Amino acid sequence: MKKVYLDNASTTKVDNKVVEAMNPYFLDQYGNASCLHSWGQEARDAVENARKIIAEKINAEPEEIIFTSGGSEANNLAIKGTAFQLKEKGDHIITSSFEHPAVLNTCKELEKQGFKITYLGINKNGFVNLEQLKNSITNKTILVSIIHANNEIGTIQNIEEIGKICKENNLAFHTDAVQSLSKVPLDVKKTNLSFASFSAHKMHGPKGIGALFIKKGTKLKKQIDGGPQEFNQRAGTENVPGIIGFAKATEVITEEDIRIMQKMRDYMIEEVLKIEGTSLNGSKTNRLCNNVSISFKNVEGESILLSLDDKGVAVTTSSACTSSKLEPSHVLAALGLKPEDAHGTIRFTLSKYTTKEELDYAIASVKEIINNLRRISPLK
Amino acid sequence: MSFKYSDEVMKRFRNPKNVGKIENPSGTGIVGNRQCGDVMHLYIKVENNIITDAKFETLGCAAALAFSDLLCGMAKNKTVEEALKLTKDDLVKELGGVPAPKLHCSLLAVDALHKAIEDYKKK
Repeated sequence: MKKVYLDNASTTKVDNKVVEAMNPYFLDQYGNASCLHSWGQEARDAVENARKIIAEKINAEPEEIIFTSGGSEANNLAIKGTAFQLKEKGDHIITSSFEHPAVLNTCKELEKQGFKITYLGINKNGFVNLEQLKNSITNKTILVSIIHANNEIGTIQNIEEIGKICKENNLAFHTDAVQSLSKVPLDVKKTNLSFASFSAHKMHGPKGIGALFIKKGTKLKKQIDGGPQEFNQRAGTENVPGIIGFAKATEVITEEDIRIMQKMRDYMIEEVLKIEGTSLNGSKTNRLCNNVSISFKNVEGESILLSLDDKGVAVTTSSACTSSKLEPSHVLAALGLKPEDAHGTIRFTLSKYTTKEELDYAIASVKEIINNLRRISPLK
Repeated sequence: MSFKYSDEVMKRFRNPKNVGKIENPSGTGIVGNRQCGDVMHLYIKVENNIITDAKFETLGCAAALAFSDLLCGMAKNKTVEEALKLTKDDLVKELGGVPAPKLHCSLLAVDALHKAIEDYKKK
């Protein structure tokens, strides 16, 4: 059977070059990067070189990059670390209502502990209202955390403008850049970021490795206690193969790949919208080069997903981690979708490996399946 | 949290046997609403107190489709009284279990059949 993987926002295939770069660090250079012997020093050199590569990608300094187990840990460290560090100064955090659960639930946890959180709304195109952001800032505000590119609908926020507002108000600014790194250029200096979270497995790197950019001089309360690794900001033996793989992955997606993905994305949007009773979620142009989020009227998302899977096409209903919940996605709700439209929403996410032929097969499959499910549906 | 459907659910979902509408049904049961997720329409034909045909149209997840299809099959050739005795547990057992968040779909199917029989009795 044909297999077409269109769930690259959930995770991606690890690129061969990444695997090749990682292998020696499992088999030969397996030393602990904190040890003084030559095994340790080889590993240390490799880790520091990787740190430099990742820093350069976002115009940061190497010592501003802290490796973590992934995006969720990076988000937790940035938000809880700031909250507990600055709680004497203030207890108010501003975020948006369509963050990834790693930010949203971290904020909800802080709320239980007495912090006050403002959840900014988004407009129908999927963008945070900057006026509302300005109006929400108080003298107790300590942090603004806004997702760079949304994981469900792919819209890209104007973080340069948000950064400017944060700078004017002397506020720490965090962005969850897990979906955007390597697909959208990021300059941490130009955007006045204090923190940015990354994850390797969304960009053809391995799972279990991510990073947090921490602007020099920014203080955080450590979240994992133990040894003094990662500039004493995050304890734990470095995941050397993962770190090497992460650095290699930053070189995998080229500008040409992005251009091609964008073209294929637009083609897919155009073709799928030809089906009656469909709509695109989020801005048509200012969205990730690989994200196609479509609502199908009078069809249940799960039934579309399972039927597509039977044809070898992998997609998700809302974000992968929460798709077994019965409530409609909080992102689609924030976007103003009615629950009945949110229930029928499918996210297709392409990668640099997706071919036109695969897309045509997926589009034809979608057309057939929607037809079939609507035939079974009592609402026409 | 994630879950997996049993082979029985998937078999019914892929290949439902009782999809459709019955012209001039003896009774119709309409349950669910789109805001919460599933909508089920269940149609029965009753002759001499025996359900001779049952069909459904469902907008919903794989479990909702599988339960609708299964219940139509189970209700057929039963007397109205026998059909009313079918419970959600009978359906769940027949499908080899369903993930906990999907148990409510079985109740929805049973409700649809009860409503269809109620509708028949009123006529």
